[in-house]
Amino acid sequence: MADKESKEGQKNQISRREVFKGLAAVPLLGVFSYDFWRRKTLEKAKRKITQLDLGLTSDAPSVLPSTSLGSSGKLVRIGIIGVGARGTALLKAAGFMQAEVYKELFDDSNNDDKRAKSKLETYYNQYVLNVQVVGICDVFDARAEKGIQIASNGIQPNGEAVDNKNVKRYRRYQDLLANPDIDAVIIATPDFHHAQMTIDAVNSGKHVYCEKAMTMTEEELNNVYQAVKKSGVVFQLGHQNSKNETFKRAKEIIDKNILGKVTLIETSTNRNSKSGAWIRHLDGNGNPKPGTPDSIDWEQWLGSTPKVPFDLERYYGWPRWFAYDTGLAGQLFSHEIDALNQVMGFGIPKSATSSGGVYFYKEDRDMPDTFQSVLEFPDREFTMLYTASLANSRSRGRVFMGHDASMIVGSGLEVIANGDSTQYRSKIKNGLIDTNVPFYTYPTNPVEIDGISSATEKYYAERGLIDTKVQGKSMDITHLHMKEWVDVIRNGGTTGCNIEKAFEDTVAVLMVHKSYVENRKVEWDHIQRKIV
Amino acid sequence: MKSEKYIKIQTIVLILLRLVIGYHFLYEGVDKLLSPNWTSAGFLAQANWLFSDMFHFIADSPSLLTVVDFINIWGQILIGVGLILGLFSIWAAWAGALLIFLYYVAIPPFVDGFTFIDKNLFELFALLVLAVFPSSRIIGIDLLINATKKQKS
Repeated sequence: MADKESKEGQKNQISRREVFKGLAAVPLLGVFSYDFWRRKTLEKAKRKITQLDLGLTSDAPSVLPSTSLGSSGKLVRIGIIGVGARGTALLKAAGFMQAEVYKELFDDSNNDDKRAKSKLETYYNQYVLNVQVVGICDVFDARAEKGIQIASNGIQPNGEAVDNKNVKRYRRYQDLLANPDIDAVIIATPDFHHAQMTIDAVNSGKHVYCEKAMTMTEEELNNVYQAVKKSGVVFQLGHQNSKNETFKRAKEIIDKNILGKVTLIETSTNRNSKSGAWIRHLDGNGNPKPGTPDSIDWEQWLGSTPKVPFDLERYYGWPRWFAYDTGLAGQLFSHEIDALNQVMGFGIPKSATSSGGVYFYKEDRDMPDTFQSVLEFPDREFTMLYTASLANSRSRGRVFMGHDASMIVGSGLEVIANGDSTQYRSKIKNGLIDTNVPFYTYPTNPVEIDGISSATEKYYAERGLIDTKVQGKSMDITHLHMKEWVDVIRNGGTTGCNIEKAFEDTVAVLMVHKSYVENRKVEWDHIQRKIV
Repeated sequence: MKSEKYIKIQTIVLILLRLVIGYHFLYEGVDKLLSPNWTSAGFLAQANWLFSDMFHFIADSPSLLTVVDFINIWGQILIGVGLILGLFSIWAAWAGALLIFLYYVAIPPFVDGFTFIDKNLFELFALLVLAVFPSSRIIGIDLLINATKKQKS
């Protein structure tokens, strides 16, 4: 306005020099427009690569079934064998939270504790499965008591307490299985009990949700496989990763060849604490955790393993001994192989070579604290490397290495183009793909940060506000895994980690463990279906 | 009103400073204007020092938030244009300083960090320099406005 007036009204009195000086900066607006347009176009082009060019489905997480299949239909009555930490978590996943734990979360949440808030929110997001826990079996009185409390008056995802007077404690799991009113069982005992319990449960017609690792030996594996196949029961192995949206997205990326040919997959375990190395018999103050020969049925706990005197270290830290577990293979590698098998669909590896040792923790143990296994898949032309440290927790991720790009998969995933890629050569050259930053991330980052973003926008990023804006509800994947099992019991269909899938994963676990124990390379003979 | 007297190098540096800061403001404003999902809600909700109650109140009120977003976006654009063109530049510099002062007190660096200095504070003082050492009557539309006023008087 002022500009116009000054020109029209007073043109004659103002020198050309003054007009020039007055308007000297106007061309900068032109430069600005061009600069802005160029940046936006480039940004747009980059954004386009992430979705359209990659041919991926929309960024929204796949929609959870809106009607809760679990809540309609016949009540499913459940018995649980083993109510330790994992058993308690499985009861929560089924919709029963210990009242004390709930109260603590509730109070903390009211005191603005963010962790408690999000835990509670995740719990409230659970579906009501319409199940009842009627049988509790545990060799330890205190745990059985806790189980009874959870089953009879635990808190459900709708915030209301259960009122169930039909909960019975069983001292022997065989007696629990003999109850005809129980439709299905959850098995969350130490690993060496899984096989026999599963077989007995299946033979008495109960549906089974069994924690990993499924079996200790190949013979047990074949027996469980036959028993489940022969029966009509619904079996689910506790490999809940299949319910993680990230792995579904990772599979899509592999299927669409976005990484190019994948020849190497690295996956890892990174821990650095006594608890992480299964030294767990002491509480936070260094005192022994509860449990005495009077309150724990030690004979039953030992089962068919060699007789040893009552030992709290073994009771709480059993994975450390090969008599009770398949070591890191069964404990942590099993989740890795499950996750990778879902993404790659490779089935059973051709060979496994494991090595490692007890290099850090000098307590009594068989389980190595440093452990590596190399698995070959010659038919699919790739190698998988599993590497575990219990004495250094630096995150080494889970990386799929393709000729064109690498995919790093954790709770989310990112894809980074490789500088020598063939597929992306021209896009890298044109600046559409920067090989220093991921060109695709999931969940997608809704705010773009560039070189001249304001301090305000950087605050968004630095303070993690971006992450809170990700769409979709937060869900417990173990709950989804449990829900699937209950839905299939009620409505038919097949579970995500059914006996076929469980068989594949368990063969890999047993190969990796056997290779370490026998200190040699082992192979899978797919004709005779045995490890050689 | 007479224009300020600086030596040549002072004038050049002051004008360059004005253009750079103006460019930044204009970019931020236009960028927000063209991002349909942009809102200051998240930033305001994180406010943790002076006036934080007021900032939280705004973040929680959708209608107030719309007004604040509008003022923030167009404030940034107008301040940017004003500084670049040298149009009402002194006012633009003061307004810019006020805006950045609000960003600074909303989430000052010392609440979570160790120092009280951050880029907001630099830009705030740069704007104060522009406000007290104006250059728009040397290069800028304010020169023409000034000349017009002179003619009238």
